[in-house]
Amino acid sequence: MKNLLGREIPEFADGYGKITPFNGAFSHQPSITRQSTRLKTIKPRQSKLLTNIEAVFDKVPIQDGMTLSFHHHLRNGDGLVNQVLAIAEKRGMKGLKIALSSIFPVHAPIVDYIKQGIVTSLDTNYISGPVAEAVSCGILDTPVILRTHGGRARAIEYGQLKIDVAFIAAPAADDYGNMNGIMGPAACGSLGYAFPDAEYADNVVAVTDYLVDYPLSPVSIPQTRVDYVVKVASVGDPTGIVSGTTRITKDPVGLKIAATAAKVIEAVGMIKEGFSFQTGAGGASLATAHFVRQMMEKAGVTGSFALGGITGYMVEMLEQGLFKKILDVQGFDLDAIHSIATNPNHLEISAGFYASPFNNGCAVNKLDCVVLGATEIDTSFNVNVVTGSDGMIMGGSGGHSDAAAGANLTIIVANLLRGRLSTIVDRVTTAATPGETIDVLVTERGIAVNPRRQELKACLIKAGLPIREINELKEVAEKISGTPKPIKTGDKIVALVEYRDGTMIDVVHQIRH
Amino acid sequence: MDLRRTMLFMPGNNPGMLQNGGVLGADSVILDLEDAVSPQEKDAARFLVSQALRFVDYRGSERVVRINSLDTFAAQDIEAIVPCQPDALMVPKVQCAEEIHEVEQLIAKTEFPGQRPVKIIALIETPRGIAECYPIARASKRLVALAFGAEDYTATLGAERTKEGLEIVTARSLLVNAAAAAAIQSIDTPFTDVNDFEGLARDTAFAKQIGFKGKLTINPRQIDVIHERFNPRQDEIVWAQQVIAAIEQAKIQGSGVIALNGKMIDAPIVSRAERTIQLARRVGLLTEGREQ
Repeated sequence: MKNLLGREIPEFADGYGKITPFNGAFSHQPSITRQSTRLKTIKPRQSKLLTNIEAVFDKVPIQDGMTLSFHHHLRNGDGLVNQVLAIAEKRGMKGLKIALSSIFPVHAPIVDYIKQGIVTSLDTNYISGPVAEAVSCGILDTPVILRTHGGRARAIEYGQLKIDVAFIAAPAADDYGNMNGIMGPAACGSLGYAFPDAEYADNVVAVTDYLVDYPLSPVSIPQTRVDYVVKVASVGDPTGIVSGTTRITKDPVGLKIAATAAKVIEAVGMIKEGFSFQTGAGGASLATAHFVRQMMEKAGVTGSFALGGITGYMVEMLEQGLFKKILDVQGFDLDAIHSIATNPNHLEISAGFYASPFNNGCAVNKLDCVVLGATEIDTSFNVNVVTGSDGMIMGGSGGHSDAAAGANLTIIVANLLRGRLSTIVDRVTTAATPGETIDVLVTERGIAVNPRRQELKACLIKAGLPIREINELKEVAEKISGTPKPIKTGDKIVALVEYRDGTMIDVVHQIRH
Repeated sequence: MDLRRTMLFMPGNNPGMLQNGGVLGADSVILDLEDAVSPQEKDAARFLVSQALRFVDYRGSERVVRINSLDTFAAQDIEAIVPCQPDALMVPKVQCAEEIHEVEQLIAKTEFPGQRPVKIIALIETPRGIAECYPIARASKRLVALAFGAEDYTATLGAERTKEGLEIVTARSLLVNAAAAAAIQSIDTPFTDVNDFEGLARDTAFAKQIGFKGKLTINPRQIDVIHERFNPRQDEIVWAQQVIAAIEQAKIQGSGVIALNGKMIDAPIVSRAERTIQLARRVGLLTEGREQ
């Protein structure tokens, strides 16, 4: 069947079940309830502390076919997933589903565990490196489920993603399971993506390399949801935690795009008291924050909050009084970690609070503006952040679709040419974020406004910004780069790309060598 | 009026930069075959620049190629570049009018019939060049601007190069004066600290104050700051509009004596006001609607 974007999707997928096609960003309103977890008791003086991770396998007990979840705050420095799976291998386990909020190159051993049949299913929001390559080549029998950050929280909240055991890498914990991310050698700041796992998993395990005296303070994830605590030598490598860059790009084209994006924000009248903003780390996104900051300083306005993955740059803006609060679901650098530990206006929020579409209102709904990237964007403004031009998986939505749906103004910043290819295409290789939630595309050679937002277009034209039709920009790019031939993929579906509301927005097919 | 508020250097051996040179908003891009390119890469850069001139859309930016000096590769550069129809050649280290004559002859030999004449911009970078500014400025009809390079100049002079630039005030003034006397443009030396935007703004404001019409630019991030300083200020635009209005009024009344706020308006003032209005229109600070 075809969904609203005309993407061919199956009606049913092994390992997933019946598929609901995407039919618009806000059209799906299921009438269901949240899942509940089994009541448990811990008697006085009963210890939760186990000597090693293997003991958890005996205590739970962990069995073939179970779903084990992990969070990605330690990013490419994560040391826990591989430790847990090494034990699963040692015990000869089979058929595990790994629900890891993002998969990085450090998780390369998963490829081998898949080959051995230890891991047979993956559920994630972002996937890069060797695991992504192996998945793209069809290593798994059942497709990977790719969700958004908000969609994963939603799926956990209402039981679509049922977790048997949540392993939570805790930079600091006490022996009763209170955890936070701000202390210890692997401090990573917010633990926001682990909150839904802790709340809804059947079994919750705190794994830490920094065990402190009870009670730990402050508490991010409380003891009341934790079954076991394990002290290990290391939960991760702090150098792999830092993501992106806290420096403004020096690439002149990136800067040009960022400056133009900031002018768009100013032209629509958003640089005003109470302004709220989200942008990513690195590249043109952070540079846009830099120009927005200058505009806020000049206009003398105080924003209400900054959201999302937080960098030192946003922390500086908080400390300078340009924002009243930071809502932090994930820290990207050491400044963000220090700030969340010390500044009461820097708030730790859960993935559900951040972006789940079915919870009486998430933070992205309160966003004035978000600046996002794109691998490809098509002439209907649909965005691909999942696959490269060769069809290989190289990322995922993360919070892309969530923030795009929630914000009043969603700006995509992208070079018109990626290497030797046009970023604007007739039809994206993989649709991840629907065009109806994208308002403006800013490139170095002009700005395109979604025809749905004629009032925005009028504002930008009035401000003298270089507005062009998206088709015109595509032609400009193709004049330089030529028109790429469409890629040929295999028939096998290797990933299901779920929209944040649980409907299917697209699938990824096996790449063909 | 040729707008040369910013003339942005970009290395002639960097395909990525050459491809994107037109999107950065500089009035002129200078595709550099000289200092940015090592001797063993001159051939490759010459080819790249010639291809860029043929195929890259510089979107309204003037396309200038800085060739090598006459005592090195200038002849080869001119032979390769002129048929690709650049708008102008920038000749480095010009010290006397004869060098301009020589370049002029090389260009003439290479230009194809019907080609739009290639202009020349002389880069003055030595004390002798400064001393010879006026003859250089008058050396050719192709010559449209004198540009100043302070680094080589101060090195030859044996002077300490500072941000304040007291050591180059005389040279700057002589160059501006020579260019104005020959009715061509004068372009100021680059500001070399690419992270000091306040310093750049001060330096540019001074350059404008003493008569420069633009500034050589070594980093795209400097463009907006320089444009802002060279653009007419709002009070200058209002004054210019008042001058033009006063002239119109005097014409209607048949009055021979024109005054504004009690001050006589003479020909140089009118000319300055007209230049201000013209520049304001060119840079989009004055549209028909806003003028009314």
